[in-house]
Amino acid sequence: MTASATLALGNPSLDLAKPLPSSFLGVWIHPQSGLLRRVGFASPSSGLAVSCTMTKEVTAVEASKYENPGFGLRPDSFGRFGRFGGKYVPETLMYALTELEEAFWALSKDEEFQRELEGILRDYVGRESPLYFAERLTEHYRRSDGQGPHIYLKREDLNHTGAHKINNAVAQALLAKRLGKKRIIAETGAGQHGVATATVCARFGLECIIYMGAQDMERQALNVFRMKLLGAEVRAVHSGTATLKDATSEAIRDWVTNVETTHYILGSVAGPHPYPMMVREFHAVIGKETRKQALEKWGGKPDVLVACVGGGSNAMGLFHEFVDDRDVRLVGVEAAGFGLDSGKHAATLTKGEVGVLHGAMSYLLQDDDGQIIEPHSISAGLDYPGVGPEHSYLKDIGRAEYFSVTDKQALEAFKQLSRLEGIIPALETSHALAYLEDLCPTLPDGSKVVVNCSGRGDKDVQTAIKHLHL
Amino acid sequence: MAGVVPKISFPSSPARISGFTSPRWPTCKFTSLSRSTLSRASLSVRRASSASTISDTFSRLKEQGKVALIPFITAGDPDLSTTSEALKILDSSGSDLIELGVPYSDPLADGPVIQAAATRALENGTNFDGVISMLREVIPQLSCPISLFTYYNPILKRGVEKFMSTIEEVGVRGLVVPDVPLEENESLRKEAIKHNIELVLLSTPTTPPERMKEIAQASEGFIYLVATVGVTGARASVNLQLQSLLQEIKEATPKPVAVGFGISKPEHVKQVAGWGADGVIVGSAFVKLLGEAKSSDEGLKQLETFTRSLKAALP
Repeated sequence: MTASATLALGNPSLDLAKPLPSSFLGVWIHPQSGLLRRVGFASPSSGLAVSCTMTKEVTAVEASKYENPGFGLRPDSFGRFGRFGGKYVPETLMYALTELEEAFWALSKDEEFQRELEGILRDYVGRESPLYFAERLTEHYRRSDGQGPHIYLKREDLNHTGAHKINNAVAQALLAKRLGKKRIIAETGAGQHGVATATVCARFGLECIIYMGAQDMERQALNVFRMKLLGAEVRAVHSGTATLKDATSEAIRDWVTNVETTHYILGSVAGPHPYPMMVREFHAVIGKETRKQALEKWGGKPDVLVACVGGGSNAMGLFHEFVDDRDVRLVGVEAAGFGLDSGKHAATLTKGEVGVLHGAMSYLLQDDDGQIIEPHSISAGLDYPGVGPEHSYLKDIGRAEYFSVTDKQALEAFKQLSRLEGIIPALETSHALAYLEDLCPTLPDGSKVVVNCSGRGDKDVQTAIKHLHL
Repeated sequence: MAGVVPKISFPSSPARISGFTSPRWPTCKFTSLSRSTLSRASLSVRRASSASTISDTFSRLKEQGKVALIPFITAGDPDLSTTSEALKILDSSGSDLIELGVPYSDPLADGPVIQAAATRALENGTNFDGVISMLREVIPQLSCPISLFTYYNPILKRGVEKFMSTIEEVGVRGLVVPDVPLEENESLRKEAIKHNIELVLLSTPTTPPERMKEIAQASEGFIYLVATVGVTGARASVNLQLQSLLQEIKEATPKPVAVGFGISKPEHVKQVAGWGADGVIVGSAFVKLLGEAKSSDEGLKQLETFTRSLKAALP
């Protein structure tokens, strides 16, 4: 799968005329020169025979693209990131997962598909999203000696549907169409992924069923209405704890039952291989744009990237581009709910243990008996007891750092950004913003911090009304 | 094939109750793994159970021209003492092998009936240690072998090795782990072999023929053929595709094949046995019975009647 023709887009002094809406285009950044290369591929692979057994030839070659000295394969051909990841699902799904993976690789080389996806991301989703210098937020964190970091917000909240989720939904819907699947299912916590999925199903004329925990439906009523308005059927899940983890389990059960006609648009970088890799690739546009925009704005790279982590999709989308740039710090912020010692939180990477949930080996919150426990966060999107396997890996190898903030701190940050910048962030995003309190005092003058503003907060006003006395 | 440990076959050890001294199934190439386990296997620990192994059970039934009746119940629903009684009744009413489900918070492969049973069991405080204590007491009183059905996370929590040695010690003979496919089961297989637990693998209607053969080769005890594309739960009728699936799998392997998921009535059981199944697994129907009964005693009585009716439908 090497390039037969390479076109260097622009030169190191950064005159890049063409926006890069999709990382999926096989655009590689040369580690040393920072040159963006568009890798040209030969004709779409038509000869990719779907192998009945778990063939690794295609996937091994593809996987080798991700090899980096020091970081290993992310993932390898078995879908593992170190010891994390894999495919822990009922046998009924195994063939569908292989089929999905092979379709993914085939489409990564399909120029027509890439053009179509690029067009939709640009004209329908509204990419590229701006990298915004948060002047007043920067001023707020300026120290008394006039020194402090420069804070930028990557405005995923400006995407169509109001969050980063749409990047993945669009690409997977297109993939599903290619696979000939007419029925789409998805799980949703905050409702943003559900809305994004319902949106793309409306756009592409696909049947759409969204599984949502009954508890979540209550706290995100606006999103439930939006999904229905968009033509989706929203099924309440009452089993277990009636939240995101149960909705995910139910979606998996639906997929097991309807696998031949249905594609499961998983909303995060969790789940069985190839999902963690695929969803990351579909969100990697966030990081790719950020690199280009950073070069344009200050002629360099970010120093620190900050993103909230529930399943980890927006974080992986921002981080992935920079994982091999060891001088860029990667900071993930999870939900500490009522506090890490309260037992009511969702800080998987801080307090969890390694286990298997929803198809992947990763850190997760479990009790002494190995049962998955119900997490808590004021934000439904972070209220997940697991985390994407790649995050578990990045934590273990020390490449990324993970912290957590409480509900209270997140609400403060929610208010603060609204007041200082006139941007109402999602409660999930507010967790990333809240961590700036601890981070900024430690940063040298002029450090460039990019916070992934993963979503807007309109959906959270009801929750905010309950908690904030304004 | 990457990730697949070849089936290791070795002669019955002295502690086993068996009339057969030669391997029943074609041996595959031996890896160094098998050489060391060969010696370990022949030094088996004296088991708590007097029941045969699963393989031997199927061999015996085949000789007699019979089809195995394999009920499944969830441990701890409505409570562990009822489960203990239920196991005895199932055993004495004609079951040849019993699958015991370990309740789990996120059972991906289970439909509403077994999900609800698991939730009830967990709510009343059932945990793995409790299940083990119950088994330690009841297995010596049973004549048919017990196999555990559990998801992977509870196994990982304890450590695969510790889990296997614990279940071996109380006399469990087999294990089914529905969320660990062939590619991921290397450590399970290794430890299962070391601890004389037969690890049963599943094949489904979506499994392509080549893969089905690999699964058949690697499975121990029997091959669990999932009758439908879906999760557990009674269906009105048996998937007609099953007939050809059974034929295909039986052509591919001499190992016993037991069919499960969706089978709930004597008519189903008869039909499936008629198509050539070596065993029939009935789960949700049993679980529903116990779960919906007005009292434990009533549930247990109904359990006995139901078991006998299923047994009567089988050769």
